[in-house]
Amino acid sequence: MQREKMEYDVVIVGAGPAGLSTAIRLRQLAIENDLELTVCVLEKGSEVGAHILSGAVFEPRALNELIPDWKDKQAPLKTAVSEDEVYFLTSPDKAYKVPNLFVPKPMHNKDNYIVSLGNVCRWLAERAEELEVDIFPGFPAADVIIDEANVVRGVITNDMGIAADGKQKDNFEPGMELIGKYTIFAEGCRGHLGKRLTEHFKLDDNSDPQHYGLGIKELWEIPEAQHKPGLVIHGAGWPLNESGSTGGFFLYHLENNQVSVGLITDLNYSNPYVSPYLEFQRFKHHPQIKQYLKGGRRISYGARAITKGGYFSLPKMVMPGAIMVGCDAGTLNFAKIKGSHTAMKSGMLAAETVVEALSNGDEGGQTLTNYVERFNASWLHEELQSSRNFGPAIHKWGPYIGGAYNYIEQNWFAGKLPFDLHDNSKDHQQLKNKQQANKIDYPLADNSISFDLLSSVYLSSTNHEEDQRCHLKLSNADTPVTINLKDYDAPEQRYCPAGVYEIVTSEKGEEQMQINAQNCLHCKTCDIKDPTQNITWISPEGGGGPNYPNM
Amino acid sequence: MKILVPIKRVVDYNVRVRPTTDHTAVEISNAKMSMNPFDEIAVEEAIRLKEAGIASEVVVASFGVKQCQETIRTALAMGADRGIHVETDVELQPLSVAKLLKAIVDKENPGLVILGKQAIDDDANQTGQMLASLLNWGQGTFACGIKVESETVVVTREIDGGTQTLSLKLPAVITTDLRLNEPRYAKLPDIMKAKKKPLESFNPEDLSVDITPRLKLLEVTEPPKREGGVIVDDVAALLDKLRNEAKVI
Repeated sequence: MQREKMEYDVVIVGAGPAGLSTAIRLRQLAIENDLELTVCVLEKGSEVGAHILSGAVFEPRALNELIPDWKDKQAPLKTAVSEDEVYFLTSPDKAYKVPNLFVPKPMHNKDNYIVSLGNVCRWLAERAEELEVDIFPGFPAADVIIDEANVVRGVITNDMGIAADGKQKDNFEPGMELIGKYTIFAEGCRGHLGKRLTEHFKLDDNSDPQHYGLGIKELWEIPEAQHKPGLVIHGAGWPLNESGSTGGFFLYHLENNQVSVGLITDLNYSNPYVSPYLEFQRFKHHPQIKQYLKGGRRISYGARAITKGGYFSLPKMVMPGAIMVGCDAGTLNFAKIKGSHTAMKSGMLAAETVVEALSNGDEGGQTLTNYVERFNASWLHEELQSSRNFGPAIHKWGPYIGGAYNYIEQNWFAGKLPFDLHDNSKDHQQLKNKQQANKIDYPLADNSISFDLLSSVYLSSTNHEEDQRCHLKLSNADTPVTINLKDYDAPEQRYCPAGVYEIVTSEKGEEQMQINAQNCLHCKTCDIKDPTQNITWISPEGGGGPNYPNM
Repeated sequence: MKILVPIKRVVDYNVRVRPTTDHTAVEISNAKMSMNPFDEIAVEEAIRLKEAGIASEVVVASFGVKQCQETIRTALAMGADRGIHVETDVELQPLSVAKLLKAIVDKENPGLVILGKQAIDDDANQTGQMLASLLNWGQGTFACGIKVESETVVVTREIDGGTQTLSLKLPAVITTDLRLNEPRYAKLPDIMKAKKKPLESFNPEDLSVDITPRLKLLEVTEPPKREGGVIVDDVAALLDKLRNEAKVI
């Protein structure tokens, strides 16, 4: 198909913290160096922020460097962290408060802010537009352009107006080629193009397997008497430990009587009957949590996978004509449970590398190994390197011994112990056969603290044009029944936090997988956790997906 | 012939809204805002009339906060020629909007005004009718078909149980219904071009229009929660419930 083309110096995929920081830094440096440099950002969400979901406690280190006068420019960092508490939930009604002294240092949040990362991104987008960056929300990058010389030349946006049966509708609009001297991939965790590039350029050949968590979050409005603006609570233990799973929870008190509460389930869990959604729902009933939520109302819901393998799982981030940044690569600092400042910094470093190359007469298409040098010389590398063992320690030894190790390594040795812990297992290979697993009896929703799945999905404001091709592709149409159902009792029914996957019985009495793609929250968990890696997430029509307001 | 298309910036149809805590308004802080879908249909129809050589220019107008300019840019990216923004932070009610539109019509002298039959936020369904009345023009509301002839426009209207076809003398006001057309997707190059299309901005005072709200909103509440159903044991129990509990028979 002959497609229309648009050319930019730099094409950025994804308007999250990483992509927007790349764009802003590029234009800042271009103006400083009197360099002509055109930049565009593609975003699959209907607007910037619509697909952004994070806790979030925000460390302003990268922002201080990028926009030092962010306070004057009214950045939405309104609630400074005032108190920091860490708990181990030891049973459904007991909790052990970890004395502050024993909390691993990276988990301290002094000088950080509780934010809605979606709103931070909206604000960053305004700053980028002031610097003449073209941002295109509602335009997902559907494919990468790789030329005969094996160089990334840009991306192709989605075709719009193709019916479910593959035919072109009246309003059909073919996707466009966006050509860049350099293309920056900043799609966030498990980006669908990042995944393809990783395979194509073998970017992860020398790194440990990537590890993921699934974060499910709700935003609540609570009675004023229960609200403590600035209070940050983290913890682990119950309920995930009942099934031998790991993960952690957060509860942050924002402004306007709002709290953000969530549970992250590590996606290396082994019991196929685990439902991260229902674990989260029952978790909220723990007295330590319920005391804040009772009498409140839930105003939003969402979910997103997290790239958390850390230092040893970082792939090669450069390839001919492109750089992969932020959670698309995996720059989250799991010890801090924070990825925004690291994602921003990785994007800023990419911008600096690209401007350096282009101002030296580079025509594009090179493998910018300078990026690796800049990365290695930055605080970002130091930070990730010093917490390299944090995740593997918990995977290996569980939250108690692993947690104690992390306390010792981080607080006594500042992350400088001379050994490396590697975790070479793959998240999707951990599921036990259903015969070896215990079913989990989750309590029913009480409709005041816990809720059923569909009423939750409703609050995410997700939607997709109904008449379009399914954006969750099965490599083998039979696998969901012949393997997933038979061996694991169809775990996608439980790990999907949006009810996309459903085993239904056909008129002939045969069990089959029904995919309700319209519900999809773009969290990518199915792409990660499917035991045979049979599910591939591709971008649906532009603007589809959740419409998070303050997540 | 020039066509004027008034468009409204509303909370996006996908966003699940809720009342504010004090029940005085709908909570829309940081919610996604979009062009009212019925107005999008109006823009599409006007552009099609231009593409068919019937209209010479499509002018879009939006009233309200600064960000309405984004909505105007969306219409310009679809193919409208220029935009007019009347900026105000005052809550605009249908009569104020109709008066502002009349002032714009007096300035611009369009041959046709096409607008959505209603906005999805307040569902008022009044602005088009009020505007026709203020202008003393004919009106074709709930249009699902528009055919412009030399001195007249033939409008097919959606009515209960079928359609009704009217012939109006031009100039006229037409409000659009859902089935009139399916709006196009804006293309990337057109979004770029839209940034350079002319957009004028006024204050209500510039147009000498009093926009003071005349209606007072008393309260916004959520619809009552649906109670779960019960399964009755037999017909007698059903009748008993219908008679004594629901009191419908």
